[in-house]
Amino acid sequence: MPMAADDIAALIKQGLPDAEVQIEDLRGDGDHYAALVVSKEFVGKSKVQQHQLVYKALKGKMGGELHALALETRAPE
Amino acid sequence: MSNPVFDRIKQDVTDNAVVLYMKGTPVFPQCGFSAAVVQVLSHMGVKFKGINVLEDPSLREGIKAFSDWPTIPQLYVKGQFVGGCDIVREMFESGELKTLLDQNGIDSKAA
Repeated sequence: MPMAADDIAALIKQGLPDAEVQIEDLRGDGDHYAALVVSKEFVGKSKVQQHQLVYKALKGKMGGELHALALETRAPE
Repeated sequence: MSNPVFDRIKQDVTDNAVVLYMKGTPVFPQCGFSAAVVQVLSHMGVKFKGINVLEDPSLREGIKAFSDWPTIPQLYVKGQFVGGCDIVREMFESGELKTLLDQNGIDSKAA
């Protein structure tokens, strides 16, 4: 089951309320997305830990109904 | 309580300096994300052990729990989880991957 871009962004913001989230539907098929997530929560964390925070916010959907989400994470400048 | 899948993963990432858990094999990757990481490692001339999770459903789920990471591929260097496709690609482009390999005494070609 594909997910809508807005649903993905909403879930991420639920888990990381201060996050700025940009979602791009890479193929227009509702199944392959790229997301840029900028959040203060990422300060001082490794990339793995940053991505894990986003995956936690997605509550197990990543790797399930959300097949492909290329992630880029960073702390605010 | 010991978990046989975790024991096997620990053994594999201890016995091999660079391990890639992937879908398919290094010669025949069966997923674009796995293929991308194979390409990075091959380009850098890094020797690695590819482990095909599609051959073993318990490993496919086990590795996700082991590293608390929901997707395949997953790259391990000297027993440490490095990341999935996005992180590996980012680290390759920034030169961090080369630094990490150098620090761990793993041969690779200059980017």
